[in-house]
Amino acid sequence: MILTTWPCPPAAGMPHTAETSEMALAFAAAGAPAPDSPAPGSPARSAPRLLVLPALFDEANRLRRFTVSTMRRLAALGIASVLPDLPGCAESLSPLEAQDLKRWRAAAVAAADYFSVSHVLTIRAAACLAPPGLPGWHYAPQAPSSQLRQLLRARTLASREAGIAEGGEQLLARGRARGLSLAGYHLGPAMISQLHAEAGTATLPVIAQNALGAPGLWLRAEPGEDAAQSAALAALIAESLSAIAPVAALLTRVAP
Amino acid sequence: MPDDNTPDETGRALRAILGDVLGLGEQQLAGFTDETGLFGHLPELDSMAVAGLLTEIEDRFGIVIEDDEVDGELLENFGALRGFIETRLRG
Repeated sequence: MILTTWPCPPAAGMPHTAETSEMALAFAAAGAPAPDSPAPGSPARSAPRLLVLPALFDEANRLRRFTVSTMRRLAALGIASVLPDLPGCAESLSPLEAQDLKRWRAAAVAAADYFSVSHVLTIRAAACLAPPGLPGWHYAPQAPSSQLRQLLRARTLASREAGIAEGGEQLLARGRARGLSLAGYHLGPAMISQLHAEAGTATLPVIAQNALGAPGLWLRAEPGEDAAQSAALAALIAESLSAIAPVAALLTRVAP
Repeated sequence: MPDDNTPDETGRALRAILGDVLGLGEQQLAGFTDETGLFGHLPELDSMAVAGLLTEIEDRFGIVIEDDEVDGELLENFGALRGFIETRLRG
């Protein structure tokens, strides 16, 4: 595993010089060279490499260890992967308040290009960030509007406990106008509006939670990990990849 | 939802959701009665966990819970929450 950086395009309307450098965790496939600088035409380019788009907001925290342990299992199965920081998240120097889904989509496309990935794996609400045209999977996708609803609900409940009456609708209106702090994340008005507007999820095949044989770790109040779930997810992806490569499979099958 | 959603079935499904969201063991869940207190009684059940719990209930039972329906009474005990879900499933 190595820590690397990638150039993230600036937000809409910002000059090119506003391009930021964001970090990423990269795993090489077992026995392969580090995946940060693939030479054109090298075997690494034809080998599968996954762009992993992390869960959003508080779920990113709760699923971090699960996500990285899945990448470690994928590497052991011969599949390289890279987990970029979305601008405004994790080690990013960009302010979260200035981000919205549009910019995160552009960032995902830029990361996919820079790391020459062959597939994408989205975790939970990151399903909406999958770069168009890139094959891959959605793990337990959640619509942006559902994610926002849950965050608003948590805030409403916490406020009520503190003796402050603020309803979901009222918070949403304020958030769309001025931004809002939800579960400790300061989200700008554009982010709130875009989350609210997007109710769709799946554009890629879905790996549902019940395929992993245990309850989803995002449900837990405390961040957890589950080696068996990571292994199951990695195995499903490896299996799916071998089905996607029919020529190789066919050759193996017809070989005397 | 299917008509055969008997109270026992609702209770079983609700125990499973509480187990998944709060990480409670099977033994503790099996000991849940209608009088078992929820919000304010289970340390695992903070506001974020309640939000997650309600979302899971909505997803798994196929119902919608409005903001103004979420009050102290709804989460007072296991029986109250189960009763709310049953009423909603019949409606």
